[in-house]
Amino acid sequence: MKNIMVVCGNGLGSSFIMEINVKKALDELGQTAEVDHTDLASARTVKADIYIGAADIVEQLDDGSRTIVTLENMMSIPEIKSKLEPHLS
Amino acid sequence: MLDLIMKDILGTPSILVGLFALVGLLLQKKSAANVVSGTLKTIMGFVILGAGATVLTGALDIFGQMFNRAFSVSGVIPNNEAIVAAAQGKFGTSTALIMVLGMIVNILLARFTRFKFIFLTGHHTLFMACLIAVTLSVAGLSGAMLVLIGAVILGLCMVLFPALLQPYVRQITGSDDFAVGHFGSIGYFTSAVIGRKFGNKEQTTEQIKVPKSLGFLRDTSVAVSLTMAIFFIVVALFAGPTYIEGELSGGSNFIVFSLMQAITFAAGVYIILAGVRMLIAEIVPAFKGIAEKIAPNAKPALDCPTVFPFAPNAVIIGFISSFAAGLISMFILPAVGLAVIVPGLVPHFFTGAAAGVFGNATGGRRGAALGAFANGLIISFLPAILLVFMGDLGFGGTTFGDSDFGIVGSLIIGIMKLFGAA
Repeated sequence: MKNIMVVCGNGLGSSFIMEINVKKALDELGQTAEVDHTDLASARTVKADIYIGAADIVEQLDDGSRTIVTLENMMSIPEIKSKLEPHLS
Repeated sequence: MLDLIMKDILGTPSILVGLFALVGLLLQKKSAANVVSGTLKTIMGFVILGAGATVLTGALDIFGQMFNRAFSVSGVIPNNEAIVAAAQGKFGTSTALIMVLGMIVNILLARFTRFKFIFLTGHHTLFMACLIAVTLSVAGLSGAMLVLIGAVILGLCMVLFPALLQPYVRQITGSDDFAVGHFGSIGYFTSAVIGRKFGNKEQTTEQIKVPKSLGFLRDTSVAVSLTMAIFFIVVALFAGPTYIEGELSGGSNFIVFSLMQAITFAAGVYIILAGVRMLIAEIVPAFKGIAEKIAPNAKPALDCPTVFPFAPNAVIIGFISSFAAGLISMFILPAVGLAVIVPGLVPHFFTGAAAGVFGNATGGRRGAALGAFANGLIISFLPAILLVFMGDLGFGGTTFGDSDFGIVGSLIIGIMKLFGAA
């Protein structure tokens, strides 16, 4: 079971909406994963298989060891699906 | 028995909110394990909120005393989290009831009127519910009347503000899939109008090169610590070591003490955010699920960062421009007899950035800069005006930050005054 961490600046609004959309995307892909959302500061200390969020936020988590997925339109389920799928297998 | 139910169970806001989450989870037919953990986490979120408030208000009081000593006027740091957390002791029950009933009013409006929006930014729903509870009570309402009128006002806010912004959101996103539901709307709307009048949308911000090095400020805890440290130390230098070490710090060095207070303030914000996150985690999906069944063709209204990726440069320009306006306002406010509003990086970042995106959509570079500057003035002056109307209610040194809270709060008290209620 992979775990996915959705990240935004405050860990309140947009990451929460993205989490709901990521879950929807996973459903459509027929995949299951643990999905949670948090703020940038906490994300640095949380271990996850995939970190997902807007580019300027999650790129700050990129230390070479983390799997990072950046989203343009957080509301686009097709975009989430296509970007997430390669990392799920 | 009745006393137990009415006073101890329904009168304890954390339990009340926990019950709402419980009902929401049961309606979604979740498993027993999910129901138990979701309900407990919601109640715990409320408790964490209160604990964070205690940490934060301690630092806030000290800042207030230092500021007063240094400049002989009161300095206020608008922070929604702080004032909402502090107000829960007295207004917790009415806030929770207004929040849940307001969500129901939102769903009904989306179903039966042409304002088809479902407001999904749960923390802002909570903050607005609290503002409405406080201002209606200042205006002299109480009990069932306060809750019912409050819920109607909240439900209206949840559809009217997104509706106001929607024409511009369509321009930004190039689609009609979602709306912006964030109570900084007046600032964004103003920014879009200024952009349209004074700018040129052909010269978009996205053609310029903007340094990416400001990205670390997207981290709320870092941004809060940093600004508070700067403000604390500047104020400490003016207040002087004799006063601080004699009266406040118990003898420890005044600079070290100020720095620690600044970080304590940021830690308080961090704790409150964690509490709010837990508190809304179960309520928002339940609300969304119910709304989709009752008003299936309504658009979700979402937090402001959802528009950031559409114009990343406008985000940086908007933030800088808004913050500059906040700094300038610090000197204008006392001159016109209002309290000094200390600009926070976080409100200026989120609302300034969003205002920049809206201004860019209608007026390009100039629109982003001027529009966000106007937003900065708005979120400096409105909290100051709200303070005049509302007083600080004994939650010294803080008030609501974003523009719509100031407008709605001032309108509520102003209108009630006309009717001779307040």
